[in-house]
Amino acid sequence: MNVREIASKLGLKFYAGEEYAEKTAKGCYIGDLLSLAMSKVQMDYVWITIQTNVNIVAVASLADAGCIILADGCVPDEKTVERAKEQEIIILGSEMSAYELAVRLSEMGI
Amino acid sequence: MAELMKLHYEVNGDDFTRAGETSSKVKKTLNQLGFNPEVVRKVAIAMYEGEINMVIHADGGEIDVAIAPEKITVVMKDVGPGIPDLDMAMTEGFSTADHSVRELGFGAGMGLPNMKKYSDGLNIETELGKGTTVTLEFNA
Ligand SMILES: Nc1ncnc2c1ncn2[C@@H]1O[C@H](COP(=O)(O)OP(=O)(O)O)[C@@H](O)[C@H]1O
Ligand SMILES: [Mg+2]
Repeated sequence: MNVREIASKLGLKFYAGEEYAEKTAKGCYIGDLLSLAMSKVQMDYVWITIQTNVNIVAVASLADAGCIILADGCVPDEKTVERAKEQEIIILGSEMSAYELAVRLSEMGI
Repeated sequence: MAELMKLHYEVNGDDFTRAGETSSKVKKTLNQLGFNPEVVRKVAIAMYEGEINMVIHADGGEIDVAIAPEKITVVMKDVGPGIPDLDMAMTEGFSTADHSVRELGFGAGMGLPNMKKYSDGLNIETELGKGTTVTLEFNA
């Protein structure tokens, strides 16, 4: 599965990194505490969070996340989008809750 | 053992938004040098925690990285307030971070425990009012 397939099946909005959406995504972690996310997000994971500040980009980059999905309609800060573009990090958004997103991802075999 | 490389960085104490940059640079360098991705990940996680601590607790500092084929050493030195009770600070969940910092997703009290977990050697020297030096060692 790649990020583009996930985005189109779940109707996610791209905030950054659409050009890298052919990237693989597997596994998922949900959480908003950066230290925990940092150690739990494995390579290519989908990281679901409601944290929108610029530090999520550093965490996703250092943990080699597949993409970030912002749940509950959360919108990334301008600076976050800017930094994500620099660091080639994919940020997606959805109105769905983290739970709904995770259920849908699980149904898709993530 | 021959050293491949020595790196030096300054970490800005009042810029949250740039926290993690040093760790990113080191991660890139280690990847380019062909280190095992698992080792690189451990270095990145532990270093990021140290970098964040320097920014939120100690107003910045300096980081020195020595890279050798079998060992990576990271020394993070600050002239911040020091840590009054190191055993307490090492406890999972213990944090003195204030509300504004927690809202950004920091201050889970997992930083020092993560640094211990992800490194092969952690040494902390700290003196109240003088500062803290954290040394991390990784077997490559
Ligand atoms: N470099 C430092 N200088 C001063 N105090 C520190 C430093 N690093 C850690 N501390 C203290 O140790 C506590 C625990 O650190 P840590 O486990 O990283 O948790 P957190 O950063 O989430 O508070 C911090 O809340 C702080 O009181
Ligand atoms: Mg910390």
